Amino acid sequence: MASAHTAPLGLAAESRPPVAAAPPMPDVLPPVKPRRGLVGFVYRHPTMAIGGFLLLVMIFIAVFAPLLWTVDPTALAPARRTREPSLEHWFGTDMLGRDVYSRVMYGARVSLIVGFAVAILSSVIGLAIGLVSGFIRVADGIIMRIMDGLMSIPPILLAIALMALTRGSVQNVIIAITIAEIPRVSRLVRGVVLSLREQPYVEAAVAAGTRTPMIILRHILPNTLAPITVQATYICASAMIVEAILSFIGAGTPPIIPSWGNIMAEGRALWQVKPYIVFFPALFLSITVLAVNLLGDGLRDALDPRMAKRL
Amino acid sequence: MALLEIENLQTHFRTPDGVNRAVDGVSFNVEAGETLAVVGESGCGKSVTAMSILRLIPEPPGRIAGAIRFQGRNLLELSDREMRDIRGNEISMIFQEPMTSLNPVLTVGRQIGETLRLHQGLNRQQAEARAVEMLQLVGIPEPQRRVREYPHQLSGGMRQRVMIAIALACNPKLLIADEPTTALDVTIQAQILDLMRDLKRRVGAAIVLITHDLGVVAEVAERVVVMYAGRKVEEAQVGPLFRTPRHPYTQGLLGSVPKLGSSLTGTETRLAEIPGLVPSLKQKIPGCVFASRCPHATDLCREVAPALEEKAPGHVAACHYAAREGAMAA
Amino acid sequence: MSRPILEVKDLKKHFPIHGGFFGGVTGHVYAVDGVSFDIARGETLSLVGESGCGKSTVGKAILRLFPITAGQVVLDGTRIDDMPAGRLRPLRRRIQVVFQDPFSSLNPRMRVRDILAEPIRNFGLAKGKDEMEERVAALMDKVRLPRDAVGRWPHEFSGGQRQRIGIARALAAEPDIIICDEAVSALDVSVKAQIVNLLQDLQKELGLAMLFISHDLAIVEHMTHRVAVMYLGKIVEVAPKRELFAAPKHPYTEALLSAVPVPEPGAQRQRIILKGDVPSPINPPKGCRFHTRCPYAFDRCRVEEPPLRPLEAGHLAACHLHDRPAAENPLAGARGGALLPA
Repeated sequence: MASAHTAPLGLAAESRPPVAAAPPMPDVLPPVKPRRGLVGFVYRHPTMAIGGFLLLVMIFIAVFAPLLWTVDPTALAPARRTREPSLEHWFGTDMLGRDVYSRVMYGARVSLIVGFAVAILSSVIGLAIGLVSGFIRVADGIIMRIMDGLMSIPPILLAIALMALTRGSVQNVIIAITIAEIPRVSRLVRGVVLSLREQPYVEAAVAAGTRTPMIILRHILPNTLAPITVQATYICASAMIVEAILSFIGAGTPPIIPSWGNIMAEGRALWQVKPYIVFFPALFLSITVLAVNLLGDGLRDALDPRMAKRL
Repeated sequence: MALLEIENLQTHFRTPDGVNRAVDGVSFNVEAGETLAVVGESGCGKSVTAMSILRLIPEPPGRIAGAIRFQGRNLLELSDREMRDIRGNEISMIFQEPMTSLNPVLTVGRQIGETLRLHQGLNRQQAEARAVEMLQLVGIPEPQRRVREYPHQLSGGMRQRVMIAIALACNPKLLIADEPTTALDVTIQAQILDLMRDLKRRVGAAIVLITHDLGVVAEVAERVVVMYAGRKVEEAQVGPLFRTPRHPYTQGLLGSVPKLGSSLTGTETRLAEIPGLVPSLKQKIPGCVFASRCPHATDLCREVAPALEEKAPGHVAACHYAAREGAMAA
Repeated sequence: MSRPILEVKDLKKHFPIHGGFFGGVTGHVYAVDGVSFDIARGETLSLVGESGCGKSTVGKAILRLFPITAGQVVLDGTRIDDMPAGRLRPLRRRIQVVFQDPFSSLNPRMRVRDILAEPIRNFGLAKGKDEMEERVAALMDKVRLPRDAVGRWPHEFSGGQRQRIGIARALAAEPDIIICDEAVSALDVSVKAQIVNLLQDLQKELGLAMLFISHDLAIVEHMTHRVAVMYLGKIVEVAPKRELFAAPKHPYTEALLSAVPVPEPGAQRQRIILKGDVPSPINPPKGCRFHTRCPYAFDRCRVEEPPLRPLEAGHLAACHLHDRPAAENPLAGARGGALLPA
């Protein structure tokens, strides 16, 4: 075998030299067992797992609110006003005798619908605007100046102003917050598009005769999705907070619909004596926003880290 | 006693899918005033070795084992405080990227002076005077003016000179240079290599040069350690290593670089390829780490890891089949 | 010799610098400032120089990745630099590119099969699905990657393998000329050798012309037929490989050659170490652009820009030294350059 080796390689031609084995090297760290499946996912992405789990719980609550030992959240019972939390009314009752637990459970629906709807709508519209802006030089200047203008108004003030023009409804709340969030997304997309256009693989595609619409569809769009998804989670969280604020100051969801902002607004007058009316919806709002933000942070770390740095 | 003695250095990292044995049992010495090059391709563990010497490996996820004796003291047993006194003072480091390793909001003078004030207790004026002196030493024109400038006002070559000035400010006994010229253009690289050779004569510090560029090794090193997949596979004086490489990996590496001027001397040949890829370091490799790519590998290589053996005086290689001096006749 | 496959005539690309509140143009980067060369069928011309000399900009200008400022790019007798995009598209097939970074040159969201199919589809080179599959498989063979890897994603490959995919994509269009923009610079030594050999084999096999843009002179010497040396947006010397490496006629080429570290310990070479840094292409020096660093510069160099002119057959250089008597010209005659032992 070894005799096949020829001299120019400088390798010895003996058939089997005396073997000198290297001493084995000890393990410095305990061996790591690669984990797969769900356990592996939780292990690798703990923030995403915790955020995702909490968010799933909230979605579960929103969907199955009627089945979670709730009563009609709008049923008035003047005789049982402002009761402390008890076995009968887990979170107590408000000044009109409505069951706070039921109202908080149903309130999850408004928050989640507004959060998700705004995240999706503003991402889609922002993506379209950002793509146009990133590809058409003439449009870019005009669009970006409009976006600059919109961004100079705090999103809450913009949403309040828009709500003042319309009738209070969940739908209008969604539209108002979406308009306020669009500039952020379109700026992000524009930035990503401009840097993607300089990527060698896009230049190679141009050299390979790919037409601009296909460049956008095949090379630009798929690579903007990761940063947009991350951004969408942050928008979702901020939309939930803005919705609660709008409802709290009476410019959002109509009082007839239980939303966390509305519940807090109604409990505001009694905050000193009956803090639980405000406490529970606030707690749920905080947990939901935290969950969405954790999910976003986890996604950012899990998706292409170079992309994530731009956020 | 050598200036630096590295014995069975192991630097491992915990990752979600296994322990990465980045450096796994590397030993070598650095004598006072000598230039030792550590060569290898990316992922061979050469930079991790350099970082381990200064204990710049974050623990966890990393872990350093073995012994690193600097002037007889094991650096791995020192407290963080004692280690800080050594870094930048007795052992200093130059990095590849001169832009990112300088602080953009401090003047050049402040950055050189900082180490001096920290380690040698100089006051502001003394530190600045010494900074000017250092800039002069590394060949920066108009040092009085440059000392007040910020890194962005300097070119790439200038910044690397400043890095060298910072590294040499405290008269270290050992300088670790991690790919110091890789980010530079050829003509600037020539300037920096020339400067390093010149400074070595004048300052007398030992240099550990981490590089992948065999040309740079041949120009500045006296002794060479070749690393592959976290191990040392060969070590020799620079002359014998380039003339009669013993390990098949070193032979492959030398055969795969074209030599400038070969079209004139008629020695142009097809470049040698090393087939395949570097093995994953997350699994233990039972035999020789190079066996999967070695043209001469046998079952013995795949089963038994070869020990480092002295194949000629001062020339060690880890290969079962590498010829010993005198054994060539067979 | 028949007409060259590619001619570049007095190419200029000046990038405007925007500044001020209204984003007006405050200056220009003279990235490429009057570059002319041609490449014959099956020939490799190397464009060498240090970072910022404009060599990559030349490559991108030929590919029409941006409009050029002035000059002409002529592909096989047809001027393409002023062609409308629609008419240019079918001609793009004939010039393809391989980039430096094996990571950013492949779309991370496309499988290898789709990456290779894109140019084939764009130029209508395959009829039907079967022929497409066949062509993709043949490309994988050409670059010596396993056929069954076509369903994998780019991140599953190593740097060298990705570079092979990049080469396969360039070959997919069946080009006449490939622009290699630092195509092997980012690779490890042993992998570099694999890719260099692959490129050489492919060129021989397919008769491709190549514009090899690189800063690595040893690789260039190994790969090329002719060399053009660029400095600050201009070509300072063009010559067949042997002539250039044996007897450079421009001081910059001479210094560049002497600066390359050679993997041969103790090699005694005459070394010219240039002083200072490359000046900014925003405000290039008057006269000869190299005079600020040139060891032989004299008065004329500071005021008058030397034209690129033929000195011997096929050997052009832009240097005033050659107007001086031979005794005063350190670059006169063949001296074996800086490469042979002094």
